[in-house]
Amino acid sequence: MATAISVQNLTKSYKRDKMEVPVLNNVSIDVEEGEFLALMGPSGSGKTTLLNIIAGIDTPTQGRVMVAGTDIAGLSETALAKWRARHVGFIFQFYNLIPVLTAFENVELPLLLTDLSKAERKTQVETALKLVGLGDRMHHSPKQLSGGQEQRVAIARAIATDPDILVADEPTGDLDRTSAEEILTLLERLNKEFGKTIVMVTHDPHAANRARIVRHLEKGDLMEESKFMQGAV
Amino acid sequence: MKMLKFVFKNALRHKLRAFLTVIGIAIAVLAFGLLRTVVTAWNAGVEASAADRLVTRQAVSFIFPLPYAYKDQISQIEGVEKVSFLNWFGGTYIDKNQFFARMAVDAETIFDVYPEFVMDPGQKATFLKERNSAVIGASLAKQYKLKIGDVMPIEGDIYPGKWEFVVRGIYQPRDKTVDASQMFFHWNYLNERMRTDMPERAGDVGWYSIKIKDPSRSAEISSKVDGLFKNSRAETKTETERAFQQSFLAGTSSILTALDIMSFVIIGIIMLVLGNTMIMSARERTREYAVLKTIGYSGRHLMMFIAGEAMVIAFLGAGLGLLLLMPSVAGFEAAMPKGWFPVFNIANSTFIMAGSAALVVGLLSALFPLRRALKTSIVEGLRFVG
Repeated sequence: MATAISVQNLTKSYKRDKMEVPVLNNVSIDVEEGEFLALMGPSGSGKTTLLNIIAGIDTPTQGRVMVAGTDIAGLSETALAKWRARHVGFIFQFYNLIPVLTAFENVELPLLLTDLSKAERKTQVETALKLVGLGDRMHHSPKQLSGGQEQRVAIARAIATDPDILVADEPTGDLDRTSAEEILTLLERLNKEFGKTIVMVTHDPHAANRARIVRHLEKGDLMEESKFMQGAV
Repeated sequence: MKMLKFVFKNALRHKLRAFLTVIGIAIAVLAFGLLRTVVTAWNAGVEASAADRLVTRQAVSFIFPLPYAYKDQISQIEGVEKVSFLNWFGGTYIDKNQFFARMAVDAETIFDVYPEFVMDPGQKATFLKERNSAVIGASLAKQYKLKIGDVMPIEGDIYPGKWEFVVRGIYQPRDKTVDASQMFFHWNYLNERMRTDMPERAGDVGWYSIKIKDPSRSAEISSKVDGLFKNSRAETKTETERAFQQSFLAGTSSILTALDIMSFVIIGIIMLVLGNTMIMSARERTREYAVLKTIGYSGRHLMMFIAGEAMVIAFLGAGLGLLLLMPSVAGFEAAMPKGWFPVFNIANSTFIMAGSAALVVGLLSALFPLRRALKTSIVEGLRFVG
């Protein structure tokens, strides 16, 4: 199986009042295509920073990041924006839907950057929303949806362009147990049925258990690989 | 185009705030339009001046008359096409509050020199035949419900006595910049009365209006006219009609400048109102902009969204303001004493200026929030808690 993500000797530090604050220390990780990786670790361990760098919304201080065949560390901001639109789908903890847009319009947002016709966009949005089980909520605004439904719209938005990689930052962190289960089942389905490579950051061992690989970060260091069988936690 | 809907939805996201901002801009545009209209009306005489007309007046002051005999001499100057003259009459029609220009004119030439007063040939012929006839502007006729054959009694002040004029013509203004609220009658009629009642004032005219063949020769012809009467008992000052009209405004130039400045201060206020709204909106949406950037929207897209949103609000406000301007100008005109501003129209330039101001204000008010949106990294934006 080909490598979807290859991170080599990645270092990231931030400047805080002229002080260098190290966040990631010489991290290397490979993720194969179709993999479902969970990144775990305490707050401040650098898991979200690693996810952001893989997703091309943050830049490394040092190291090489190859994602979907592109060395994204060398891309300009504009090129990176185009690359993200084509290759990465994002799922956030707080859904981050645009409140003035309906579920349909939210899912359509990334498609507006493509050359698809209106009819093609409509088909793709409807497909994505039906896939997440919201075919009957297309014209609802976010405030008319429950948290779980909002997150499902966010997932539909993430998959609407059929990206190579899905990145999810605490996708169940703001949901009740039932909704969280639904979301995890959906992610699992996207991974298994549709072969999507997923990288998920989570605090929740129960959520991490749904991933096929779990890696732990501690103070910016990536711990040894531990493989979990589904339902092992 | 496909993102326009998003721009509109964002612009009207906070309905009350958007409404108040639009109203604020509309009121400012309305005030701007009213001020510009007053400034335009004040300058109407200057703007309506013909390039091919010179005005010759007494060199000491406009209030002193010139001899009628100058007419033939001026006509002899090479380059002069036609010479006419006018004489301020004053007087009271109905009561002292009814103000409009009443002038004794050279009936034979006045409409040749002032083609902007459009006369029916039949009415003109009747006017020329009858000594006590008068021609009035269409708006004056409308204001006083005067029609052909009506008698206008006027109590003289500069020229004492009771005067009666029969309306024999109603002139139409050639365009909306022409004053249609004047009254003209035969200077000969006035002069005959002067000969008998005040002989020392007979043969005097107020000023000459000279139509020239080539406007580029106005300075040269003006010098020739003034040269003719140098060292005479009534030396002359000849200037273009525009300069003549401007000399009337000289005393009020500081008021006009103040009005001008105020109208542009209003533009500044609009900018602050909209800028404030845009800054608040953009700040609240820091996280959304980060999400959009994450999805793949570039700085160019954000610029389009933020500037577009500012434009929508600016143009809604400007449109509403201009819409309200028309009835407001009409109301303002109706509320003012008649004759203050004979020409009181919203100039096309006012519409253009208000539209351009909305465009510029929209763009400028978007600059600061746009800069902020572009400078904020995605990671910072996603962490933003508004």
